[in-house]
Amino acid sequence: MCGIAGIFDISGKTDISREMLEGMITAVRHRGPDGFGFFTDKHVGLAHARLSIIDLEGGKQPMSNEDRTCWIVFNGEIFNYIELREILEKRGHTFSTMSDTEVIIHLYEDHGPDCLKYLNGQFAFAIWDKRTRMFFAARDRVGIRPFFYTNFQGALLFASEIKAIFANREVSREIDPYALDQAFTFWMTLPPRTAFKGIFELPAGHYMIIQNGDTKVHKYWDPDFSSPSSSHSEERYAEDLRELLIDATRLQLRADVPVGAYLSGGIDSSVITALIKNFTDTPLRTFSVTFDDNAFDESAYQKQMIDHLETDHSDIKCGYSDIGRVFPDVIWHTEKPLVRTAPAPLFILSKLVRDSGYKVVLTGEGSDEIMAGYDIFKEVKVRRFIERCPESRFRPLILKRLYPYLAHSPVKSVSYAEAFFKGDNSAWPSECYSHVPRWTTTAKIKTFFSRQMSEAINSYDPALELSSLTSGIKGYDDVSMAQYVEIKTLLSGYLLSSQGDRVAMAHSIEGRFPFLDHRVIEFCCKLPSTVRMKVLTEKYILKESMKDYIPKSILKRPKQPYRAPDSQSFFKGDSSSYVDELLSEDNLLKTGYFNPKAVSALANKCRRNSVLGFKDNMAAVGIISTLLLHEKFINNFDAGNFAATDSLSRGKIYVVNA
Amino acid sequence: MPEIRSFIVENFLYGQDDGFGDDVSFLEKGIIDSTGVLELVSFVEDKYGISVDDEELVPDNFDSLNNLSAYIARKTNNGK
Repeated sequence: MCGIAGIFDISGKTDISREMLEGMITAVRHRGPDGFGFFTDKHVGLAHARLSIIDLEGGKQPMSNEDRTCWIVFNGEIFNYIELREILEKRGHTFSTMSDTEVIIHLYEDHGPDCLKYLNGQFAFAIWDKRTRMFFAARDRVGIRPFFYTNFQGALLFASEIKAIFANREVSREIDPYALDQAFTFWMTLPPRTAFKGIFELPAGHYMIIQNGDTKVHKYWDPDFSSPSSSHSEERYAEDLRELLIDATRLQLRADVPVGAYLSGGIDSSVITALIKNFTDTPLRTFSVTFDDNAFDESAYQKQMIDHLETDHSDIKCGYSDIGRVFPDVIWHTEKPLVRTAPAPLFILSKLVRDSGYKVVLTGEGSDEIMAGYDIFKEVKVRRFIERCPESRFRPLILKRLYPYLAHSPVKSVSYAEAFFKGDNSAWPSECYSHVPRWTTTAKIKTFFSRQMSEAINSYDPALELSSLTSGIKGYDDVSMAQYVEIKTLLSGYLLSSQGDRVAMAHSIEGRFPFLDHRVIEFCCKLPSTVRMKVLTEKYILKESMKDYIPKSILKRPKQPYRAPDSQSFFKGDSSSYVDELLSEDNLLKTGYFNPKAVSALANKCRRNSVLGFKDNMAAVGIISTLLLHEKFINNFDAGNFAATDSLSRGKIYVVNA
Repeated sequence: MPEIRSFIVENFLYGQDDGFGDDVSFLEKGIIDSTGVLELVSFVEDKYGISVDDEELVPDNFDSLNNLSAYIARKTNNGK
């Protein structure tokens, strides 16, 4: 796992300087502190910060093919590299390392951009093909690893994180009002948009080609729920799923360093740890976060799994003030506004993993999206069930089945819940029916925008930008549609980034996600949705497939999605000094995003009450994170920090000048 | 009921009163959502010394200033 950065001269007018590359890669040195590599020629500059995991001695990057005509920088892992290497060697390729990086470059030589379909992994890479003068960059199917870029004075600047692009002082840094509108609606920005004007991300499952001055971005993979097969029995599906998960876990344990696992106490991480314990020889080392506040704490369930699997376990306790304390660092890494604090405990947890001497952890991420685990998927079935007989007095009682874990549940009162879910959907694409209540609730926090922010987004409609993402799914059933929307929005844009890659890599930790092996995803997409969610039993087929390996108490426990304390983290305990400053009238007027009077009323409410509804919590976290983003990236961003410094010299440096 | 209006303005509209009418639906106008209504219940219980039963937690009682005034009047007249 690593950080990458680079410059591609599209116009033929840019000077590629080593100094510029050093500045960029220094900005993401936390992603790969073990060594740094550079390649430059007249057209391209590639930089790499390395976290050594496979082929510790030989895997230096940038790396080339046999005749040094194709050069690559790569962040990620190709889990099936051993099998691919065998095939490539039979075809006559000569390997000079044992690394997975070299497999990509030879595959590319044989197949061009089609090489992507052979890769099983999590990746973002850029290849410079001198033969055809083509720049080729790609990102894995679901967006586990990041790839950001901008066009700057006739050149493409790219990197694993936006801060590396900003390390070039002349690149303009400005928060995009449309991005704020999106973050305050969808909880994330819709790719290719990022929080910053003119900075883009390559969407998950896409690649980019630049040749002869022409830039093209293509989709090469998408989750496809269009043709479910119901040809097998449930038993057969459960068995096939287990076999696939065993194989995915085995592949993802490939590393030349020890591999650990997160254990949250939920079903997904229990499945992964049980698979490691029962089907591999890897010693089981597990890590978890616990909370002071019982509403969020799952340590009782964690203990059941630790005892059941007899793992060597470490945990770290997280209180309100811990979240508030690390939140500014979390925003430095997520590089976007958040409406939840949930990334903060995972930032704290990745440090525990690093301090324990581990670089790699397997986790259960992705299962809820592909196996239908979240309550939003139940919600869509329940709403349709009520709609089928709108006069029924009894049907609405089923709403009580939703969100039992929330202190302020939206279904506390059935008649209120009914009114809430009956909201107006007409402004949204019909295929997003499932998500409209969530988005309309979230969008209410836009009432905190200042007059100039409201004017800036006045004619902007986020629903239009969304419809280009979801237009191809009109024939899906309700649950599949909802899963697709969730995968295309929050999976990559929040869960795998803000709550995944960014907070793990902050402490040089690589996450691996067996549920997101593309074979597992494709298998689940082809299942009838009634097998993924049977009536209102979430992840039915996963529970069936693993029932002999996981304690019943874990399998039967009520679903509790991972959450962390939100607004309380900033208004309880000792973290409030920076919060007071951020929320001061002076700062609010200076930054211009929010209405000082409204923010002051909200802050007073947060200080008064310990339990607040969704809207207040999301607003408080959204406002604080936006102001931190401004402080760290606009107001106080010091590109000078990233001039080649002694931090590079602490790693081994490897240079190729063509 | 000026004290209820002022609680709603301060607590749900964050001080920004657009002069909403006494019969405006809080839900339709987006003033109070289904989680926020519990805050309103807590305020009403504290302020008027009444106890709101679960089955009374319906829009007919809580979804506008007029509905809420009528509900509180009924509850207080009934000797709590």
